[in-house]
Amino acid sequence: MNLQDVRIPIGDWVDAMVDWLTINLVWMFDGISDILGSLIDALETALQFPPALVTIAVLALIALFARNWKFSLFTALSFGLIVTMGQWEAAMSTLALVLVASILAVLLGVPLGIIAARNQAFSALLRPVLDFMQTMPSFVYLIPAIIFFGIGKVPGVVATIVFSMPPGARLTELGLRQVDAEVVEAGEAFGASPAKILTRVQIPLALPTIMAGINQVIMLALSMVVIAGIVGAGGLGAEVFRGVTRLNVGLGFEGGLSVVILAVFLDRVTGAFGSKASSRTSK
Amino acid sequence: MSLIQVRDIHKVFGRKADKAVEMLKEGQDRESVEAATGTTPAVIDASFDVERGEIFVVMGLSGSGKSTLVRCLNLIHRPTSGQVVIDGIDIGTLSPAELRALRSEKISMVFQHFGLFPHRTVLDNAMWGLEVRQVPMNERRTRALEALRLVGLDGWEDSYPGELSGGMQQRVGLARALATDADILLMDEAFSALDPLIRSEMQEQLVNLQQELQKTIVFITHDLNEAMYLGDRIAMMKDGRIVQIGTAEEILQDPANDYVEAFVQDVDRSRVLTASAVMEEPIATILRREGPKAALKHMRERQITALFVVDPNRRLIGAALDDDVIAAVRSGSGKLDDILHYDVLTVSPDTPLVDLLIPAAESRLPLAVVEDGRLVGVIPRVTLLAALGGSHRDAMEDQNAAVATATPSTGVE
Ligand SMILES: Nc1ncnc2c1ncn2[C@@H]1O[C@H](COP(=O)(O)OP(=O)(O)O)[C@@H](O)[C@H]1O
Ligand SMILES: [Mg+2]
Repeated sequence: MNLQDVRIPIGDWVDAMVDWLTINLVWMFDGISDILGSLIDALETALQFPPALVTIAVLALIALFARNWKFSLFTALSFGLIVTMGQWEAAMSTLALVLVASILAVLLGVPLGIIAARNQAFSALLRPVLDFMQTMPSFVYLIPAIIFFGIGKVPGVVATIVFSMPPGARLTELGLRQVDAEVVEAGEAFGASPAKILTRVQIPLALPTIMAGINQVIMLALSMVVIAGIVGAGGLGAEVFRGVTRLNVGLGFEGGLSVVILAVFLDRVTGAFGSKASSRTSK
Repeated sequence: MSLIQVRDIHKVFGRKADKAVEMLKEGQDRESVEAATGTTPAVIDASFDVERGEIFVVMGLSGSGKSTLVRCLNLIHRPTSGQVVIDGIDIGTLSPAELRALRSEKISMVFQHFGLFPHRTVLDNAMWGLEVRQVPMNERRTRALEALRLVGLDGWEDSYPGELSGGMQQRVGLARALATDADILLMDEAFSALDPLIRSEMQEQLVNLQQELQKTIVFITHDLNEAMYLGDRIAMMKDGRIVQIGTAEEILQDPANDYVEAFVQDVDRSRVLTASAVMEEPIATILRREGPKAALKHMRERQITALFVVDPNRRLIGAALDDDVIAAVRSGSGKLDDILHYDVLTVSPDTPLVDLLIPAAESRLPLAVVEDGRLVGVIPRVTLLAALGGSHRDAMEDQNAAVATATPSTGVE
C-alpha cells in the first residue's frame, strides 16, 4: 500500500467540529461578540472622537512619562505625520483593536503563566498548546473566527488574542521560575501565604520578564490586527490591503508607514515600563 | 522539656519516597536504596533535642543533608517520616494556617545567600515577618528599627540590599529574623558566603547577641572551626545521617568513628579546647604544714622536681622546687614557707589552650588550673603540646612521666 493513498481526513474532522460548535454554542459566540464589539466601539470612539491634536497631546504625554522629551517630540511629530497622510481614523481604529486584543491576551496569558509556574503538570500540558498557537500561520485563525463571529472587527480581535497570547503566558512562567528560590523560601519561612508570596515577592521580581512578555504580546497583536484588516476588521490593514489590490504603492506605503509608527510607539512605551520595573528589582 | 525535639525523621526526595524510607528502616544502606528506588535520601533517621537558649550546630560536608534537615524544622520540607516537636507540639499535625502562624511567631530563618527581597528597602526587608503577621504599621517600624540597631545597621534603613556589602546584607537577614522576636533561629550556612574576616566578625557578633537575647539557635555550617566556635553542641552529619552529637571537646577528644576523627584532625585545637579539657589530676601537691623533709620524700618517690603547696582545702599557696627543698633540708629549716615561690602562674579552667602557650613558656612549673582559689588541675608543658598536636589520649597514659619531666631543670633562680 502506498502511503500517499492513505487520506486521514483531519480537515473533515475539524470542519465537523466547527459545524457542531456553531450550531450548539451559538449563544456563547453571540455573547462574546456583543461584549467584544461594544468594548472595541467604546475604545475606538474614545480615540477617534476628540480632535486629533488632543489625542496626540495625550500620546505625547504618555511618551514623556514613559521615557523622555525626545521620545515625546518624536511621538508628536510621527502621529502628526499619520494625520497628514490621511490615515488618522484608520490608525486609531487599529490602535483600539490592538489595545483590546492585547489587554485580553494579557488577562488570559499571565494567569496561565502563573498556574504553569506553580504546577509542573499544567506547564507540560500548556507548552505544546502555546507552541501550536504560535506556529500555526496567523491567517488560519481567521477562518474559524469568521465562521463563529462573522465578518468584522470581533473575529479580528479574537484571532489576534489567540495569536498574541503565547508570549504573555510563556514569559510570565519563565519570570516566575527565575525568581531566586531562596528568596521565595524566605517569604515562606516567615509564614507568608502562597498568595502573599506571589503578589509581594514573585510577581514584583518577575515583573521585568513579564513586561517583556507583554511587549511581545502587543507587537504580535499589532501585526495580527493588520492582517485581520483584510477580512473586514478595518483600520490600517484595510488601507494596506486596498493599496495592494489596486496596485497603489503610495496608499500601501502610507498605511504601512502608519503601522510602523504605531509599532515604534507601542514598543518603546511598554519597553520603558519594563526597564523601570527591572531597575527597581535589580537595585 | 527540650524546645525542639526531632524524632527519627527521614526526608527522601523522589516519587518512591515512602518505599525508600521503608527500605532504610529495614537497614539497607543509602546507595542501594538510591539505586533501587531512584530517590535521594537526604536525611536518614535523624533524632536530637535542642535545649532552650542553646546554639546547636549541624555540621557536615556539602550534600550531607544539613539544609534539608534544618528545613524540616519549619516544614519547608515535610519529613517523609518521623516527628518534629516544637514546644510540645508535633508540628506535622498543624493546619496550614497554624503552620504559618508558627513560622511567623516562633521560628525565623537566616539564609546562606541572605534571601533578601531586592525590591524592598532594608527597613521593608526587616519588617517582612511583622507585615506577614499584620502587626500595625507603627509597631512594625519600631521593632524592625530596633532589630536593625541590634545588628548595627542604624541609618541604612532606606537603602536597598543591592547597595550593601555582603556582611551588611547578612546583617539585614539577621535583623529580619530578629524583628519577629521568634524564640528559634534557624541559620543555614548564614556566614558561609562571607569573606573570612567579615565572617569571624559576624560570628563574634552572633555570640554577643546570643548572650543578650538567649535565642535557641540551630546553626548549619560546613566549617568545623565555625562549628566549634559557635556550638554549645555539634551534630556531625555524613551522607544524611547524624554520626555524632556532642560538645566541641567531646567530639575532638572522643570522635565516634574514623570519619569524625579524620574530620577533626585539622581543627584549630588551641581555640576549641580549654584548660579543663587537658588538665591533669594535681597529684604533685603537698600540704604546707608537712615541711621540707616530707616534700623531698614526695619528690623522690614520684621522681618529680616541683610540688604545688596547698592548704587542707586545696587552696593553692605556692610552689616548692627541688633545689630549694634540698637546701632547706640541709640547713635544717623546718618550714616550707621560707622557700615557697608565690608567683605561680594560674589559669582558669575555661581558658582556651591558645592563651596558655605564653604562660607555659614563661613558667618553670606546670600551669596551675585554679577555680575559686582551689587547685583543680595542673597542665605540664608536655600535656599542652600533646593536646595541641591531637594526641591527647596518648599523653594521658603517660601522665606521670609528663608531670615528672615538666619542670625545666635549667631555671634561673
Ligand atoms: N528539593 C530537592 N529535590 C531533590 N533533591 C534534593 C532537594 N534538596 C536537596 N536535595 C538533595 O538532597 C541531598 C542533601 O542536600 P542538602 O540538604 O542541600 O545538603 P547540604 O545542605 O548539606 O549541602 C543532596 O543530594 C541534594 O541533591
Ligand atoms: Mg546546604
